[in-house]
Amino acid sequence: MSIGSDPRRLAPTPSQTVGPYFGFALPWPQGPFVVPEGTAGAIRIGGRILDGEGRPVPDAMVETWQADAEGRFAHPDDPRGAVEWGEFRGFARCPVDAEGLYSILTLKPGPVPGPGETIQAPHVAMSIFARGLLQRLVTRVYFGDEEERNAEDPVLSTLPFGPDVRSTLIADPVDGGYRFDVRLQGDDETLFFAI
Amino acid sequence: MDEVERKAELGESPKLWPGPGQGLVVPGYRRDHEAVDPPHDWPDYRGTILRHPKRPLVPIPNTLSDVTGPALGEDRVGEADFDLTAGFAGEPQGQRLVVHGRVLDGNGRPVRDTLVEVWQANAAGRYWHKVDTHPAPLDPNFTGVGRCMTDSEGRYRFVTVRPGAYPWGNHYNAWRPAHIHFSLFGRAFAQRLVTQMYFPDDPMFPYDPIFNAVRDHQDRKRLICEFDFDATTPEWALGYRFDIVLRGREQTPFEEAH
Ligand SMILES: [Fe+2]
Repeated sequence: MSIGSDPRRLAPTPSQTVGPYFGFALPWPQGPFVVPEGTAGAIRIGGRILDGEGRPVPDAMVETWQADAEGRFAHPDDPRGAVEWGEFRGFARCPVDAEGLYSILTLKPGPVPGPGETIQAPHVAMSIFARGLLQRLVTRVYFGDEEERNAEDPVLSTLPFGPDVRSTLIADPVDGGYRFDVRLQGDDETLFFAI
Repeated sequence: MDEVERKAELGESPKLWPGPGQGLVVPGYRRDHEAVDPPHDWPDYRGTILRHPKRPLVPIPNTLSDVTGPALGEDRVGEADFDLTAGFAGEPQGQRLVVHGRVLDGNGRPVRDTLVEVWQANAAGRYWHKVDTHPAPLDPNFTGVGRCMTDSEGRYRFVTVRPGAYPWGNHYNAWRPAHIHFSLFGRAFAQRLVTQMYFPDDPMFPYDPIFNAVRDHQDRKRLICEFDFDATTPEWALGYRFDIVLRGREQTPFEEAH
């Protein structure tokens, strides 16, 4: 339906699944690189996407968005002002492989102001798309070696769940970066957000 | 019963953060998409059964990470990428179409300079994808991938061919209504949208659980393009119009402050 120039509030266009056949269209070679290979301080964030039976999801796609190492965004809607940081793009898109594995190359983000006087711990916003997901799923990647900042984070510290669920948002430090698995369903299901 | 369910039962909304008036206040995007989007749990579409979360989503206010987003463009879009029929040795099979429209936010403002990605099956209903085993012919002159940026009025335009319906294994004699997949970023992580555009009066509509997962008839209508005689080009292509609305922002104090 066309909208014309109606100035009243418009209802959003509904979401539909990305389906199984995006692999020839959406991924591109530089997609998984928030920073180019060889960037000083670059880390890998990677893991598996698993379904309700614990099996790898072989046809998912992960997208990430994050602040730079100083906690700044190259975006005009940041009231602190937009800051460009070299070849840092803030965004990654990575399809999973047959084992359900994704991996992006990035920099660890800095802390970012939250509402009120809060400071958000370093985190990466993540969307998951796949056949069988009628809308994207949104989660956040926090870092296991940031215990003090995580304890002060306004999202992590107000979750209406216990430590088991909170731990699904924490990436484990591993050689060269961090491991972050996403369980779409089940006892150890990842916490997803409505943003 | 967990905390979110308990609060939902009591009619309380989950605790959000400190209100406006202090520190860094970031106006968020309205949540009216929640009423129109399909649910995660939709058993008629069998792919959802093992992939939908069972724990309720936790609502969090939009923060700086949600009201900002990637500005993809120059490095991703070539001059001819809007034309899915170009760049091959010959013309693709099928009915040539111009598919165009505007990308607006929920406040009716154009979303300018934003990346629009499309992908689709060819005229025979076959994707250029290794896992598509439908025994319909591939077309050497059509892969079915397009990209463009919206202009300063939020307009986009693609040249393509009408995609065919294709079968899938969801249920007996299941066929997807003809559709073009769309991916949009808007200007914020909160506005990200992946959807599908359908064609008017498709006889497959009543049988398709993906289309019907959008529960309201008026909302489903907004997934269907309109025949556009003005965009129809003599001796060349039929025109269809598909306008897309991304979530609108609650308020935009920074814009007004300058
Ligand atoms: Fe499709």
